[in-house]
Amino acid sequence: MDTGDNTEKLESRVRSALRIGYPLCIRGGNTKAFYGRIPVGEPVDVRGHTGIVDYEPTELVITARSGTTLNEIEAALAAENQILPFDPPHFGEGATIGGTIACNLSGPRRAQAGAARDFILGCGLINGTGEVLRFGGQVMKNVAGYDVSRLMCGALGTLGVLLEMSLKVLPKPETEETMRLEATPVQALDRMKAWGRRALPVSATCQVNNSLYARLSGTGDAVAAARKQIGGESADQADAFWEALREHRLVELSNALPLWRLSVAPDSPPADLEGNWVYEWNGALRWLSADVPISQLREAAAAAGGHATLFRNSPDRDQVFHPLNGGLTKVHRRLKRAFDPAGIFNPGRMYPDL
Amino acid sequence: MDTPQTYTIERSRLIEGLQAILPAKSVLYEPEDLRPYECDGLSAYRRLPMVVAMPDSVEQVQETMRLCDQLAIPVVARGAGTGLSGGALPHEHGLLLSLARFTEIVEIDPARRTARVQPGVRNLAISQAVDKFGLYYAPDPSSQIACTIGGNVAENSGGVHCLKYGLTVHNIQQLKVVMVDGECLTIGGAGLDAPGYDLLALMTGSEGMLGIIVEVTVRLLPKPERAQVILAAFDNVVKAGTAVGDVIAAGIIPAGLEMMDTLAIRAAEDFVHAGYPTDASAILLCELDGSNAEVSAQIMRVRDILNSAGATEVRTARDEAERLTFWKGRKAAFPAVGRISPDYYCMDGTIPRRRLPEVLEAISDLSRSYDLPVANVFHAGDGNLHPLILYDANKPGELERTEEFGGKILELCVAVGGTITGEHGVGMEKINQMCVQFASTELNQFHAVKDAFDPAGLLNPGKAVPTLHRCAEFGAMHVHRGELPFPDLERF
Repeated sequence: MDTGDNTEKLESRVRSALRIGYPLCIRGGNTKAFYGRIPVGEPVDVRGHTGIVDYEPTELVITARSGTTLNEIEAALAAENQILPFDPPHFGEGATIGGTIACNLSGPRRAQAGAARDFILGCGLINGTGEVLRFGGQVMKNVAGYDVSRLMCGALGTLGVLLEMSLKVLPKPETEETMRLEATPVQALDRMKAWGRRALPVSATCQVNNSLYARLSGTGDAVAAARKQIGGESADQADAFWEALREHRLVELSNALPLWRLSVAPDSPPADLEGNWVYEWNGALRWLSADVPISQLREAAAAAGGHATLFRNSPDRDQVFHPLNGGLTKVHRRLKRAFDPAGIFNPGRMYPDL
Repeated sequence: MDTPQTYTIERSRLIEGLQAILPAKSVLYEPEDLRPYECDGLSAYRRLPMVVAMPDSVEQVQETMRLCDQLAIPVVARGAGTGLSGGALPHEHGLLLSLARFTEIVEIDPARRTARVQPGVRNLAISQAVDKFGLYYAPDPSSQIACTIGGNVAENSGGVHCLKYGLTVHNIQQLKVVMVDGECLTIGGAGLDAPGYDLLALMTGSEGMLGIIVEVTVRLLPKPERAQVILAAFDNVVKAGTAVGDVIAAGIIPAGLEMMDTLAIRAAEDFVHAGYPTDASAILLCELDGSNAEVSAQIMRVRDILNSAGATEVRTARDEAERLTFWKGRKAAFPAVGRISPDYYCMDGTIPRRRLPEVLEAISDLSRSYDLPVANVFHAGDGNLHPLILYDANKPGELERTEEFGGKILELCVAVGGTITGEHGVGMEKINQMCVQFASTELNQFHAVKDAFDPAGLLNPGKAVPTLHRCAEFGAMHVHRGELPFPDLERF
């Protein structure tokens, strides 16, 4: 008997919540409780729904239940010299794949490889009427029906309880080397822009504390050739650096101040706001640790073609995500109703009325 | 509602309304003017629309949608009409909304590596326009000379390079979409993600069922320093299939990895003289791209892998001209098959790659029992099969037999854990097989998504997602998942 399959138990939790009419707070490793608006509802623990269901390295696909820890998945992949290309942050010991997908969180490799949503191939879920549904599959190309699997990425569990997901994986790069250059944010943005115009194997970038870090990934020869083009010095303990960046353990990011996440046009000039800035994703992702009025951040992000999220240490957890305009709000409400008509899943975790 | 009188009233109201919004030349309603729109790339299905409108501004599209919403007239959007699943097949009581006049490349931003284009811009025209900046747009469906970016978004088109560079959904960052009520929404943004639900993904591949795409911002990639292709011949398809897995197991992601079987090889060779070995049971084309150093290293490794996998011949293109010749054969495979048969029917299933040998065997069994030859062209890297069924539409009953055979191939793909469509879309063509791939609860969820955008069901009605009633008629609900008519296959 497969003891990791908790589908029936989760289904009955959803059904009884529907019957009695109380909301559910879907929870995996509870490592991201800080993220989003304040969770409400009866906790539903999905950690019992666990296990890698299928993993065939030559198919480049892994299928796992939502309560499977990222650690377990990454260890299984590492044994076959493969990786989750979107490089997800864990933000704690027990982080699960379900939570990672629900938050659509991706790490430094994202700018080159893609986000969590780019690697999901299919998923199983329980919708708000208590039905177990499957969308997508385990194949790379699949356009049958609407892309519900990708819609689940970043929906913060407001549209259903994720049961399992199939993800595309990739081979671990043969060689990686990180170069460090001295650069102000303006200089770093210029350099990253120039690198992007040439087909260089840059798999991660970060500007912090007057340094620009660039990780090169590929065959040994390709990395060696790119190193000459990029310049700078080879950085020590590079893996630890990228992990610290991904997990927000850099001193610039780990303090008690509010941490803002700005997702903007990569070439937009640095915003004129005081605080600790860290740049990633060739300039498309910017972290700001500072006590700045919400409206200023939102204006700065919008002016740069993007959006601002109060990621951590929010003084006001009501306004975590960038407000949507009227037309988009209407579509969001209707989609929420399409999946969760009774509004039982993670109500208000993303926006007040979802 | 279907009486001739109501049809006439509906039609004249629509024409009058449209003439108030659009210049007279942009509204077509005479049968001879409607004829060019009667089908898309799937010419077996034909139907005249009631009216054709050809707006050329977003405001005109908004006005047109408001009018149709008010009159409750169905709307079918169409780009170049190259789709292969009948997605742009007109509705007999509906408006065919042509976006062919939206041909402007609005903005190219080389620094951001993006291009903002109107939906009627052809796929290849984007790469040509940004070539001077050393950039290109990665998804390259084989119809790229003609197909439009709006249609690519509606179908989530792929191409031969998607194993490495992804599908349309991975290569766009912003859409402008006119909703059924005429409101224009901007979805996505200038960054790599947007707040809220991933509507960009939901719109991509939605086959004109959720909104009318009126602008697309695509991401561009720097052209690789070098691209090189290897051609390998095999004396049986199983060995070729295994070789594909071996390349990937070695940690190499080729830019393209294509397979063709004997019939496809011979047809292509006769047509374009690509230098293919016509005595081979299968050939693989493996393209590697990247920096000079990377490509050199990988070419050596892939050659070794293919030789060890039992290739009877492994050839690396000597120069760019030969590389293009190798590809020319592959890209011309469909028309090449068109030369050896009066008609052909192109299927589009995806399977887990490891199931290839048994699927090819089952297709060849079906080919015998339906007495119709099949040429197999295969995006081997990502498991996307294009069996081409050869038939003659002038022979009574042959089209029906072909369709039934095609349906069986798709059901076979589902049975081995794959899907009925990898990149061509469901459209009208595969609507019955949707009943095989999805349970009624799942189809209902799709309908609920549709309702969220289009409560009156005016956008491309009858396509992409079947009604449960239709599935009951098709009689497929009872064979859903695991009870399909392939009892000899190992279950997924």
